Amino acid sequence: MSTRKTLAALLVMLGAGVALAESPNLGRKISEADVKQWDIAILPDGSNLPPGQGTPQEGAKVYAEKCVMCHGEQGKGGVMPFYPALVGGQPLTNGIETPKTIANYYAYPTTIFDYTRRGMPYNAPRTLTDNEVYAATAYILSLNKLIGENDVMDAKTLPQVKMPNRDNFILPYPDRI
Amino acid sequence: MGTFRRRGRTPSFDAVAGNGLINRRALLGQGIALAGAAGISGTTGAAAEPLKDEAWSLAFGEVTPALQTPSRFEKSVTRALSNPKGEMRNSHARTPHHLLNGTITPNALHFSINHCGTPDIDPDKHKLIIHGMVKQPLEFTLEMLSRYPLVTRPHFVECAGNSAPMFSSAPLQVPAGMLHGLVSNAEWTGVPLSILLDEAGIDPAAKWLVAEGADAQFLDRSVPVKKAYDDALVAIYQNGERLMPGNGYPMRLLLPGYQGNMNVKFLRRLKAIDQPAYSYFETKNYSQVLPGGKTWRFHFLMEVKSFITNPSLGHQLKEPGFYAISGVAYSGNGRIAKVLVSADGGKSWGEAALQGPIAPKAFTRFVMPWKWDGQPATILSRAWDETGAAQPLRAEFVAQRGQTKNPVATPLVFPNQHYNSVTAWGIDNKGEIKHVYA
Repeated sequence: MSTRKTLAALLVMLGAGVALAESPNLGRKISEADVKQWDIAILPDGSNLPPGQGTPQEGAKVYAEKCVMCHGEQGKGGVMPFYPALVGGQPLTNGIETPKTIANYYAYPTTIFDYTRRGMPYNAPRTLTDNEVYAATAYILSLNKLIGENDVMDAKTLPQVKMPNRDNFILPYPDRI
Repeated sequence: MGTFRRRGRTPSFDAVAGNGLINRRALLGQGIALAGAAGISGTTGAAAEPLKDEAWSLAFGEVTPALQTPSRFEKSVTRALSNPKGEMRNSHARTPHHLLNGTITPNALHFSINHCGTPDIDPDKHKLIIHGMVKQPLEFTLEMLSRYPLVTRPHFVECAGNSAPMFSSAPLQVPAGMLHGLVSNAEWTGVPLSILLDEAGIDPAAKWLVAEGADAQFLDRSVPVKKAYDDALVAIYQNGERLMPGNGYPMRLLLPGYQGNMNVKFLRRLKAIDQPAYSYFETKNYSQVLPGGKTWRFHFLMEVKSFITNPSLGHQLKEPGFYAISGVAYSGNGRIAKVLVSADGGKSWGEAALQGPIAPKAFTRFVMPWKWDGQPATILSRAWDETGAAQPLRAEFVAQRGQTKNPVATPLVFPNQHYNSVTAWGIDNKGEIKHVYA
């Protein structure tokens, strides 16, 4: 290829983000099995939820040991202003005067499981077992009266919990998706 | 030499709008025009001190350091911290725009937000995985990515919560860097994400990528594949050097014009999926409730904005005369098309000069020559982008998006997200500057 053609090809690639006909292909080939340890994102339909289960009563024990010092008794907050309450929430009006909470805002219960497993406790992330995460999630949902006190949360039941605010979301830019 | 000749049309010092705004063409003739402009200002009558050689000229200087830092006289040019005591919570550092100029934010002053601290990542051990709905899952190291043909572009990154103090029902008396310090602009160098996705062979049914960082919460966001193929980069350099730790070292996702939190730092995983994950951060912080209670989900776009950095709160006009009003304008839609400036609180507007080259989804600096007559003035800037989108006036913005019932006490809170109205600075007859709503 002439220098001019090479340069033209490079400019096209840089300018328009068009892939090279022959891509560098420097990535190391791996398998999905290799990624299992990192593949933690839970989807709203329950995809990727791990085996295991937990109840609100079991969750109360986990909570007392590992969550209460920041989120307060019964998830009521008040320990430090920057650690949120996990219960309650006024109906959303304009998003300015009403804090977003699990009960008044979250669209899907899977988000609670995902975030708890991913980042909680704040000072020791990923030290909870999957059963403990199911249990803590069940306890939080129960405190918010979104499930019964004896309901078991697992990969089947958790995605079926309907969050009160689920249908109040709109897409400002549908063409960008 | 051309600099001594008056080139092109004769510069005009005609007023272009009320209260002393001068036609921006006055800036075009460079030396001549600026000399002319200086001529219209009130020069001081104070006697000049006799010239002398200062101490620093009479002694051998400091040794040349390996890594240079700003002059000791610039020590106040630092980022403003939200969590100076290092409590176990999120921490923000805001860019001091009122103390900077040009368009590129120096790396040490680029804004940074960390929700669980900044990880101390060994670049030789860091990996980026692409998997999910792809033909061949792939693993990349920094060394591998560095071998790709890299693309360099200027882009702003803006937190969706930037400018949120202006949701306050009364203007907070804080500088531009506190109001708008959660946006910065850098020259980013990286690998177009489209190349890596093509190499992995992404399934056409995959509409989303879960992008995840290597921080203590594996912060993750759902990103449309559409955006990944539009102009996304896996950035590995920032203004010519490796990324700052607070900006994602050793690699970050760069989604030009999309809310900062989506530009996932410490990027370690991209999983192609057919539905968004509704991760914590897209569920809670970075979406916004509208008056009436409905919420905009997947807002993404950082819309057209501008603000005057000079003069602004924290500066003082020492005397009447010539000033160059200047600031930055940017839009997640593309290029800035026009910036208007007013010096009379929005009654009349003049078009500011834009300093080129004007890059899409990047800071553009605007300059407006102005002769201050020493009387109270309110200066504002308003930007339009190439799609025709206009920065809203504050009253327009608040009518649609609301404001707090009571004034907020601190600029560190986020009453809501995606604030982009006009900012106004009120100058009194002593040259002191306040934040005002106009």
